[in-house]
Amino acid sequence: MNRQAQGVVLLLLGGAVLKASVTDMYLRYVKEGLQPFLIAAGVVLVAAAVMTLIYDFRADRGGSDDDHGHDHGGTPHHEPRVGWLLILPVLGLLLVAPPALGSFAAGQAGTALASQEVSDYTALPEGDPAVISVLDYASRAVFDQGRSLGERRVQVTGFIAAGAEGEPILARMILSCCAADGRPIKVGMAGNAPVGLPTDTWVEVTGRYTDRTGTDAVNGERIPFIDVETWVEVPPPRNQYE
Amino acid sequence: MAPVARVRVSAVTADRSTAHRARPGDEIDWTIPAQSGPPEPPRPPRRRLLGGRVGSVEVLAVVLVLLVVFRDPISGAISSPRLQTWTTVFVSVMVQAIPFLVFGVALSAVIAVYVPRSFWAKALPRHPALAVPVASCAGVVLPGCECGSVPIAGSLIRRGVTPAAALAFLLAAPAVNPIVLTATAVAFPNNPEMVVGRGVASLIVAMVMGWLWLRLGRADWIRLPHRPDLDGASKARAFWSAVRHDVTHAGGFLVLGAMAAATINVLVPERWLLTLADNPVLSVLALALLAVLLSICSEADAFVAASLSQFSLTSRLVFLVVGPMVDLKLISMQTGVFGRRFAARFSPATFAVAVLVAVGVGAVIL
Repeated sequence: MNRQAQGVVLLLLGGAVLKASVTDMYLRYVKEGLQPFLIAAGVVLVAAAVMTLIYDFRADRGGSDDDHGHDHGGTPHHEPRVGWLLILPVLGLLLVAPPALGSFAAGQAGTALASQEVSDYTALPEGDPAVISVLDYASRAVFDQGRSLGERRVQVTGFIAAGAEGEPILARMILSCCAADGRPIKVGMAGNAPVGLPTDTWVEVTGRYTDRTGTDAVNGERIPFIDVETWVEVPPPRNQYE
Repeated sequence: MAPVARVRVSAVTADRSTAHRARPGDEIDWTIPAQSGPPEPPRPPRRRLLGGRVGSVEVLAVVLVLLVVFRDPISGAISSPRLQTWTTVFVSVMVQAIPFLVFGVALSAVIAVYVPRSFWAKALPRHPALAVPVASCAGVVLPGCECGSVPIAGSLIRRGVTPAAALAFLLAAPAVNPIVLTATAVAFPNNPEMVVGRGVASLIVAMVMGWLWLRLGRADWIRLPHRPDLDGASKARAFWSAVRHDVTHAGGFLVLGAMAAATINVLVPERWLLTLADNPVLSVLALALLAVLLSICSEADAFVAASLSQFSLTSRLVFLVVGPMVDLKLISMQTGVFGRRFAARFSPATFAVAVLVAVGVGAVIL
């Protein structure tokens, strides 16, 4: 891999990172807070590529650079061949653009509620129904025994995944850093639960707390249920993780 | 064939006489030395297609055009949920690591180009056994993840820092820094002793490994990729050359590591693991191994550890201590930056020391 090729690969990588970070695409892979760093890294990569190509171009023209670094003639270089692999993330970002983690990943891992326990639960937000996250609902239901939920109607948004017996459950992935550590929060649905929806469909569910719980087949943790009153299919939210 | 630079390092500073001296007009070349074995006979010049008219750029262009043309079949081929999840995890490990990689590479280029060698002689204690703890603590203040600290450590060794100190820095920087410790505190709200345990155990491991290197390490295990002497080049040019080289090089190995981590992530279901949770010895070994295989960045591993709630706190502490020091992507990057002979010895030794120290610290404070 010669210097120009490295320059081109870096340009592509920087461009792919910039493209992903100025659109909302990066939210499929990492936390929102990483955006400024991604943009900065993309700019540095593009700058490194441009400088590489400029220096190479000058050296090729046999300009005044006495320390020219071009690759033609003389002994061939053993430039890092492993650098070719950097095309793969470029492809991943520009051509494939894989979706955010969904029901497959949710089925592989156990519900991650245990890592999210907090000691006290403040009052639900105003409004009827109160709009809260799947994680918030699940931890209030399990660790607070639903006390802070009371009789209020709540609205949560998540995607459909398959439960232990293939029944639809509501799931949402939580990220702490990137999708490699993404873990599901699972909530069972009782009452007027949606039926016949394919997995990975996003739904907005309105319902009330029920003390029914189930057990996650993967890690044996408790899965809370929500007593569904109504549900609607919705497009995936901008940030699919919580 | 450019000379293969082998770094022979005395106990205190790098032996500068072995550094490759550039003559005026010398090309800057960033030759990668052979990864292992004794010095090789010069290789024959690489065969060039079509008499040298087809270079890497042309190959790259053809590859890219083919990929764009066959985009749909490629996307179709990876549409199964398992492969799609693999791709998502692979891309996200890369996206997460790239800012840290670029930051680390830029810092290591600054060290290589703008920080004079004499600075390190003044900044670190002369005695290498004392330089080790100082370097470990320097790692504490530098917030970064493991992908960034590998090129930085390589740069430090190249600039004459004793390898023992640079390696202690390499281990300490990603494991104990304010961001990582804060994340640990957030992930274990009811067990603040985990934060203390993680910090203490990681620092001990970094220092033990530094001192072990002083006693047992052999300088010729480390083979840094050849770097030029920068006398002939302008500083800006040397800086950008270093950035370009290190990103392609360390980044390529990062891709290898990310692919391995994505594979493990998709192929190993969590329920296999949980059958081991009840046995105290097996649970420690299982989580130590999982830390190596998953290659989660050090800022996030505390949350994963917290969610493995069936496991004992000690085994989760082992997970947190091992992960930032030995994992697939680190092994891959260390192989690239320091050479195969180094990585083959350093990673298993670090693994063993990290497991033992973490269990010991866990026994005392958890």
